[in-house]
Amino acid sequence: MEPLKLPPIDYGALLPMLILFGAACLGVLVEVIVPRRARNAVQLSLALFAVVLSLVAVVMERGTRTITIGGAVAVDGPTLFLQGSILVLGGVSLLLIGERSIERGGVFVSQAAVTVGSQKDAQQASGQPGATEVYPLSVFALGGMLLFVAANDLLTMFVALEVFSLPLYLLCALARRRRLLSQEAALKYFLLGSYASAFFLFGVAFIYGFAGGIQLGVVHEAVANPQRSQVLLYVGLAMVSIGLLFKAALAPFHVWTPDVYQGAPTPVTAFMAACTKVAAFGALLRVLYVAFEGVRWDFQPILGGIAVLTMFIGAILAVTQTDLKRLLAYSSIANAGYLMVGVLALNDEGLSSTMFYLVAYGFSVLAAFAVISLVRDADGEATHLSRWAGVGRKSPLLAGIFTFILLAFAGIPLTSGFTSKFAVFGAAVDGGQTWLVIFGVITSMLLAFPYLRVVVLMWLSEPGETTPAVSIPGFLTSAVLGLGVLVTVALGVAPDALLDLTREASEFVR
Amino acid sequence: MKDFPFLSVLTLLPLVGALVVAFIPRTKAELAKMVALGWSVLVLVLSIFMWVAYNVGGDRFQFRESYTWIPSWGANFTFAADGIALVMLMLIAVLFPVVILASWHDVDQSTRSAPAYFALLLSFEFTMIGVFAAADIFLFYVFFEIMLIPMYFIIGSFGSGQKQYAAVKFFLYSLVGGLFMLASVIGLWVLGGKTFDFTKLAEATASIDQNTARWLFLGFFVAFAIKAPFFPFHTWLPDSGGAAPAGAAALLVGVMDKVGTFGILRYCLSLFPEASRWFAPAAMVLAVIGIIYAALLAVGQNDLKRLVSYTSIAHFGFIGIGIFAFTTQAGTGAVLYMVNHGLATGLLFIVVGMFVARRGSSLVSDFGGAGKLMPVLAGVLFFAGLASLALPGTAPFVSEFLVLIGTFSTNKGYAVVATLGIVLAAAYVLWMIQRTTQGTLNPALTEVPAMSKDITLREKVVVAPLIALLLVLGFYPKPVTDVINPAVQATMQDVGVNDPAPTVEAGGKVGG
Repeated sequence: MEPLKLPPIDYGALLPMLILFGAACLGVLVEVIVPRRARNAVQLSLALFAVVLSLVAVVMERGTRTITIGGAVAVDGPTLFLQGSILVLGGVSLLLIGERSIERGGVFVSQAAVTVGSQKDAQQASGQPGATEVYPLSVFALGGMLLFVAANDLLTMFVALEVFSLPLYLLCALARRRRLLSQEAALKYFLLGSYASAFFLFGVAFIYGFAGGIQLGVVHEAVANPQRSQVLLYVGLAMVSIGLLFKAALAPFHVWTPDVYQGAPTPVTAFMAACTKVAAFGALLRVLYVAFEGVRWDFQPILGGIAVLTMFIGAILAVTQTDLKRLLAYSSIANAGYLMVGVLALNDEGLSSTMFYLVAYGFSVLAAFAVISLVRDADGEATHLSRWAGVGRKSPLLAGIFTFILLAFAGIPLTSGFTSKFAVFGAAVDGGQTWLVIFGVITSMLLAFPYLRVVVLMWLSEPGETTPAVSIPGFLTSAVLGLGVLVTVALGVAPDALLDLTREASEFVR
Repeated sequence: MKDFPFLSVLTLLPLVGALVVAFIPRTKAELAKMVALGWSVLVLVLSIFMWVAYNVGGDRFQFRESYTWIPSWGANFTFAADGIALVMLMLIAVLFPVVILASWHDVDQSTRSAPAYFALLLSFEFTMIGVFAAADIFLFYVFFEIMLIPMYFIIGSFGSGQKQYAAVKFFLYSLVGGLFMLASVIGLWVLGGKTFDFTKLAEATASIDQNTARWLFLGFFVAFAIKAPFFPFHTWLPDSGGAAPAGAAALLVGVMDKVGTFGILRYCLSLFPEASRWFAPAAMVLAVIGIIYAALLAVGQNDLKRLVSYTSIAHFGFIGIGIFAFTTQAGTGAVLYMVNHGLATGLLFIVVGMFVARRGSSLVSDFGGAGKLMPVLAGVLFFAGLASLALPGTAPFVSEFLVLIGTFSTNKGYAVVATLGIVLAAAYVLWMIQRTTQGTLNPALTEVPAMSKDITLREKVVVAPLIALLLVLGFYPKPVTDVINPAVQATMQDVGVNDPAPTVEAGGKVGG
């Protein structure tokens, strides 16, 4: 029998992921060893430390362009850039997750299994310190995302998908307030997410049947060969796409988004909106650009239609929302549509502008959810729009920050929202997809209205008796707000540094 | 003197002023007003220096400055002014101190903070100067969009009546136009070789195919037509003008709307000459409809501020036909009209604001015989009204005359119909003045103590410079037309229109 030969492994290239997975396992141990009192601080420090260390590893690997462990992982420009983005955004999300000063015990429930409404539940709601399992869960999710954007074969991608999805399902269920809503969100996310994963896996099987391999490079070569079965190719591509489109929240696979965004604890929502988006689009870019570039003429109009549908659904339904978290959920759907416009440019500029957009949007959306976590009353966050009337009079600084973020979402110049939209639209026109840009512009007009409505409510309405108090942000939330605003301004006023970085990173290895 | 970076300093100066004023505590309202006024006078002084340094008959674009901004997109902070931009910058510099002084007590009764109001006014000046000084299309677009923000808060926070509705409508209308323009800007950028420099793009657009150029033109034109506003995109202006504080409304129609006509001259005509000629008949029709339709609506208005807003839409119709008549005479008239309209309608809005502030209502029917109580102020209103209807001797007459004779030589029909607008102008202005200041005294007025207080010293200082300018430019417009003329000629050359030579009948028997 031939001795089993292990493929060579480039540990340096895998280091960022290894650090995170190691830290997550360590986090599980911390749960057992460290006394409850000190656990939160230890876990938060551990998680942040791991993220920073991992980021350092990514930066050190910045020149690496390689495919390693038997073709399962590709480390190249886009991988490293996206991993870096996920780590930075993830680190900022961890600050939000770690915030404990706004509400006694934090926003997470201490024991998720306690029956909702029971006496025990009332007790834990009144201020028991929240669960600290959230940290290892988040770090696992981050590790999965890092692998997801680096996966060079479809099975690795599937594994990564599950690794980052399962912790997210759990995290969604851990809200201290409105626990039924939170649990429902988690269940919904889990069920629909499982369907999507199943589609993805089924698609992988078809692709395997088509190409005789699951590595993206193999698929690429097979696509160029007209002898093979086109049915297997298209069915496989469609099913794999469904799995990815679900994660990226593109219509018609977006229906989970508003419920999950609303029900999940706000820091987790922020985490999903910022980091999951990067991971999902990162994988989508890799699959489309590396494996299926050869059939671009076939999928471009279909995915283009999906992009247009997404932009319209996001924009129109955002107008009708009365809950801020749901409004931001629909806005994130619309933004997924704009990202798709960038993806479909299918040129280097499309790649770099999409990556730019992901970073810019991630920081703005983190700041937006940080603001939402601050406006609260006795029942927790006051997310109903009517409660925000006159917030501008009561706390002008916070309302000013939120206004700025909303203007960024609306794409007003001198914010990152404008530069990123300009980048993806420019790339799409360059790539011959002018029709997508026209729909993008039309939906931008529609989408301006809901943002403006919030601005009007905050500044131009008189504060009523029910206008909730604005909590004084703790250090961690202040840091998130500051960072979010700073990056949104910086990428709006002087985007050149990041544009250059994305441009340099815009080449896949195959 | 010539090398002084006039345009960038002029642009940034009000922004710095706005920041300074914004940080003055709200209890020190007087200090905030003084600083804001002083700052705007400083801007005026600087722009006078610029006017002096401008070389009449020199290069088309002067005071050119360029600083790298986003090299990977080819976007720069490029500033340059031609004659058209220069006179608009002067208009801004003149109007802002006047408006700030006129708005002195506008926010005294409000629960909102006075420093915020004056900081918003100065930041509005910043965006206005920026939009006229920019010679980089990306930069122009940035200013074009952000100018909405200060005005949105001015209308929404400090306005009256349906202020929220007006503010949102204002913002959305302009934003929609801006996004159409964004699509065109992106298209132009991709087709024009990834540059935003106006001069380079003007060369590059010659090779864009006709059909595409027409679409690109349309994107720009819609944005500017909404901003100007031309019929049928005008409906936001009466709402905004009616709800905004009088001073801000004067700026809205006096300065901001000019961005629309300025944009058509600079960007539509020079970048897309063929498309401009192709669309010209449609634009002329819209302009003429605007003249008649808005004038008719103005006659029927009972709200003073809305009435003045409608008159302004009619005047923009004149500017529109002046631009699209494609003669240097009409073009010069149109640009001169932009200046004179800013002065005349600005004055009208400010004086109306003085009436409204005293009466506490802007309804025409709430006045009546007010001239008996305040003869001087009523006289000023009368003068402002006459200037607005372009009575000979006032500055708007010169521009209206130039537009009409310039248009007549190429488009007789439009000129004739537009002339009807002058008759209607007399109707709406005179009827408005008659119902507010003449006739029997409305007994309700005597019960309002403020109504018997005639013009104050501050108000005299406010109206005097505008009246003086309207009279001087009415008799001697040469300093302004000398600056405008070369720029308009250059624009008309871009469009490729040669002025028709004076025609003599074939085999003329002149003098028999």
